[in-house]
Amino acid sequence: MIVRVESIHKSYRRGPQEIHVLRGINLGIEEGSFVALMGPSGSGKTTLLNLIAGLDRVDEGTLTVAGTDISRLGEIELAGWRAHHIGFIFQFYNLIPVLTALENVELPLLLRNLTRRERRERATLALDLVGLADRIKHYPGELSGGQQQRVAIARAIVTDPTLIVADEPTGDLDKKSAMEVLELLEQLNKELGKTIIMVTHDPRAAEKAGVIHHLDKGVLDIGRG
Amino acid sequence: MLELLILIFRNTFRQRLRTLLTVLGMAVAILAFCLLQTVVQAWYSGVSGASPNRLVSRNAVSLIMPLPVSYRQKIMQVPGVSQVTYANWFGGIYIDEKQFFPRMAVDSQSFFDLFPELIVSSDDLARFAKHRNACIAGRKIVEKYGWKIGDAITLTGNIYPGEWRFVLQGVYRGATRSVDETQFFFRWDYLDEMVKKTMPSEAGKVGWYIVQVANPAEAGAISHAIDSLFRNSWAETLTETEKAFQLGFVAMTEAILIAVRVVSYVVIGVILVILANTMAMTSRERMPEYATLKTLGFGNRFLTALIAGESVSIALLGGILGMSLSFPVAAVFSKELGTLLPIFHIELQTLAAGFAISIAIGLLSAVLPAWRAVRTRIAEALSHVG
Ligand SMILES: Nc1ncnc2c1ncn2[C@@H]1O[C@H](COP(=O)(O)OP(=O)(O)O)[C@@H](O)[C@H]1O
Ligand SMILES: [Mg+2]
Repeated sequence: MIVRVESIHKSYRRGPQEIHVLRGINLGIEEGSFVALMGPSGSGKTTLLNLIAGLDRVDEGTLTVAGTDISRLGEIELAGWRAHHIGFIFQFYNLIPVLTALENVELPLLLRNLTRRERRERATLALDLVGLADRIKHYPGELSGGQQQRVAIARAIVTDPTLIVADEPTGDLDKKSAMEVLELLEQLNKELGKTIIMVTHDPRAAEKAGVIHHLDKGVLDIGRG
Repeated sequence: MLELLILIFRNTFRQRLRTLLTVLGMAVAILAFCLLQTVVQAWYSGVSGASPNRLVSRNAVSLIMPLPVSYRQKIMQVPGVSQVTYANWFGGIYIDEKQFFPRMAVDSQSFFDLFPELIVSSDDLARFAKHRNACIAGRKIVEKYGWKIGDAITLTGNIYPGEWRFVLQGVYRGATRSVDETQFFFRWDYLDEMVKKTMPSEAGKVGWYIVQVANPAEAGAISHAIDSLFRNSWAETLTETEKAFQLGFVAMTEAILIAVRVVSYVVIGVILVILANTMAMTSRERMPEYATLKTLGFGNRFLTALIAGESVSIALLGGILGMSLSFPVAAVFSKELGTLLPIFHIELQTLAAGFAISIAIGLLSAVLPAWRAVRTRIAEALSHVG
């Protein structure tokens, strides 16, 4: 088990109101699997994904990722841990507009002890892998949505993370681009053995995944795969 | 970290118009600051040029009341006094009332000995001593009016009525840039000779004495000794340091100078608010980017440097532009103000202050955005995105 989620709870406070988003979730994810997390809007998918990725802290329960109990890490340790273990893919790509495709992919490598040349090489390789070798000098504004998301995927894999998390990666894409992105994720999983957790409410997206978990009102259905 | 600098640089020029307007605003503010500071310095420049070795004795009743020329010998006797000279304010008009420069009658033998900061060649001094109607003028007014040695210069007297004709025999220049080069000196004995004919009762009088002391530490005691000499005479003296004497002049305009200073800082305050607002706006727009950087593992120091770097870049660009503009603008001012503020140039310390203020404005403007970027939780900043 690369991810072990044990009876975690998470609430958000909005003014006087407390929203109990996750109510005792248990979940295990095998190394090398491709997991889809589905459920209606507001069911807590993003919340769960953020917790697993170390972007937020659990209120209760334990969360072990790649052998580390991340519910016990402090803010700064957690940032370092994320940089080493997690690759992020967001719905709106979240590229830095003033950086070229290559520079965007290089960005996470700045936190590693690498020479400028090594960084360039690895970033170029990652962009090659997502099929954008001819777009490395382009700025995000000069790329289509699908291309931008592929740059984001290159950025997510360039550090060779333990786990790739993707929050509705096809949510903002047309059908064709969405398919390309999904096929790319499938390829990363199948050929490179990457563990991927993907939030989606697109059934076709979920089909690509080997395991599907349904989240509803803060509780998880048993996975089907 | 080169990549950080590149990112700062590109962020700075991302909203070109916004950055341009802010830089221009900053430039105008720093320009105004430098000029206003220079106005204040110009006012005080006479004072800062005062020598601690010089005392001024004047009539205790009022500056405009004269003293007998016979006091010179008596003051010379006071222990610690090494030299004494005297001067009269002449006033008068050259061409018209707008042509203002100080005109004084001075003792040709001793005056320039006491003012080594007024540099006159020995030839000029010899001619000044030789011709009774000689005059020596500062380099700036000589250039302004295109006078040459041997030229006749006519002043119309007001304190001393009549047409006064002088011949330029010398030009002095200042030993430093802060010496006033617009003064006009002629011989006291020539003045006295004419006064004897037209108003005999006013003859033999001087406006004030300038007393050189060997040791500035004794200035207080010597002032006291001089004033005691003439106590209970018909013309009592008031002796003070040259600096105190000149401050007496400046004090009248002290309120105006304070106002000018205050305005120069208000201008800085206004631009601080403007830049802080610009940075707040900019960083609000970029919050998802900051959150992305945090997600990738970049820490608070990186974010703070990114935001402060951009803010300081904008402030410094504007500051440097403003400081560069202050030179040509000061030159125009100097020309227009002419002899009114004779020493009008941008001091190094003004530039240093402008530079420091620019950096401070940049850093202060970054405080709130940086604090917000650091404090905002990633999940929240990205929530509109996910
Ligand atoms: N930072 C937050 N502060 C307050 N409420 C939040 C926050 N993040 C999520 N929520 C709330 O938690 C619930 C689950 O949100 P989320 O995990 O984003 O759902 P999903 O991704 O499944 O649509 C929603 O009701 C949402 O409004
Ligand atoms: Mg969501």
